[in-house]
Amino acid sequence: MSDSLGAADARAGLGQSRPLASPSLVHRTATAVRVVLGIFIFFLILEFVTSLELVPPIYLPRASTVVRRMFELLQDPKFLNHVLATLHAWAVGLALATLISVPIGILIGTSELAYKMSSPLIEFMRPIPSVALIPLGILLWGQGFSMKIILVAYATTWPILFNTVYGVHDVDPIAVQTARCFGLRQAAILRRISLPSAAPFIFTGIRISASIGLIVVIAAELLASADSGIGSFILFVSSSGGQMDSVLAGAAIAGILGAMINSALGLIDRRFFAWRYLGATQS
Amino acid sequence: MSTEELTVQRAASHALGALQSFVVRYGLGIALVIAWEYAARRAGSIFFPPPSEILHRAAVLWLSGPPSRLFLSDGVFQDVLPSLLRVLGGWALAVAVGVPLGVLIGRSRSLSDFVNSTLQFLRAIPGPALIPVFIILLGTESTMRVTLIAFGSVWPILLNTIEGTRTVDPLQLDTAQAFRLPRYARLWRVVLPAAMPKIFAGMRVSLSLAVILMVVSELVASTSGIGYRIQNAQIMFLLTDMWCGIILLALLGYTLNWLFLKFEDRVLGWHRSARGRTAAS
Repeated sequence: MSDSLGAADARAGLGQSRPLASPSLVHRTATAVRVVLGIFIFFLILEFVTSLELVPPIYLPRASTVVRRMFELLQDPKFLNHVLATLHAWAVGLALATLISVPIGILIGTSELAYKMSSPLIEFMRPIPSVALIPLGILLWGQGFSMKIILVAYATTWPILFNTVYGVHDVDPIAVQTARCFGLRQAAILRRISLPSAAPFIFTGIRISASIGLIVVIAAELLASADSGIGSFILFVSSSGGQMDSVLAGAAIAGILGAMINSALGLIDRRFFAWRYLGATQS
Repeated sequence: MSTEELTVQRAASHALGALQSFVVRYGLGIALVIAWEYAARRAGSIFFPPPSEILHRAAVLWLSGPPSRLFLSDGVFQDVLPSLLRVLGGWALAVAVGVPLGVLIGRSRSLSDFVNSTLQFLRAIPGPALIPVFIILLGTESTMRVTLIAFGSVWPILLNTIEGTRTVDPLQLDTAQAFRLPRYARLWRVVLPAAMPKIFAGMRVSLSLAVILMVVSELVASTSGIGYRIQNAQIMFLLTDMWCGIILLALLGYTLNWLFLKFEDRVLGWHRSARGRTAAS
């Protein structure tokens, strides 16, 4: 039970795909072609299904209509302001969560006592769904920016915290003992050994949190009818005459945004922490 | 020293050790609850009612029924049970769709290249953003909520199943082929068991996602459920009721996760011991 914190995380972190050794150019081009073709085929299937008009197009517009609406929206300064508002709240909330949970994670990860003392509390707080706090957040902080960032910070704290604890816990004990033999102080060991070796784990936590955070911001905007953001845009267009093409276009843009953020962070991960994957392929 | 004295001494030190570990494990939580109780009573803030009041209210809300129904009140049958059924229904649907589809995609390298970016895109679409569409297509009954939960929680299962079936040890596959195992036997006996740990990891992440999505789905156009109660409490300004709902959700999430871990240990126990043996050799 006491080790469920770290173990749970090790198992939860699996979903991320691991890039293996870089394949040949031909192979990579083939993959790229397949990826582009895959998106195109997906669109064609959607277009075909929606053009059958099993439900009236006012309720479920054609895929091509939605795509056209997406391009219109992306040129609309009002919509872009909504996107910026969402990204702003997302970034501040995520930064807040990182600033809070990395130090706490290091503390819990290095001290056995702190680990034991805090794990029941964390195990109890973690399952509280962030969205369940939306009504409370509205009463405490209104429907604006601060409510959003607090909810995002709450939701994104957990993956960062668990990954930090796990990463610091996972440091090679021989490296730490060697450093101690050379007379390094606790602070120096932390800075020069524990943190660098935990960094990829912390980054994975931030990456998982980044995706969660974006979904939570948009959910909060939608469910709390916030004044700005993609979520409030979707709420507005769905309640004013049910413009389903705009609803779906907004949702699709949010999806593309999320996928872009995830792959950008994935690229950074591979760029800076490539050594971790080298180790992973050997074992 | 007589033997009795020794036994007593040992028992005493044993009890002391147990007490110490209890304090370490739960001391912080108990201290925080006491601090909250004290601060809430002093400040008298309506936003943060003292825990004792929340507990009392929770007992009135859910445990005030007749003994013939194990003291469960109508609130349990009107809100807690429907919520629970929606979570389990949506999650079961996600498993039923995600695992077979994931095996299908994962077994073919080119197919997974084709669908990968589409899946990444679909996964990143916030579930709540699709609520307006779901309401129009499926109405406001439980069908809509279960579908929303399934749609939102299928991705970790699907992606982990793809990953798990893709990364089966080639040596095991070759061995199976050398023994001329038929295709379906290879699938059942080699691929699926090897992918199980990853599939289970995905299922567990999905379970907590399903709880979140259950709340989301009940915050919109709803007439029952824990999420509905919390939102209703917000509108009526019943802060204690709202806290009851939040804490009930924490308990629910914790219990579901705990049950799933027990289930996983039972099903995957063989895997961990098998892995341990190969690691030792």
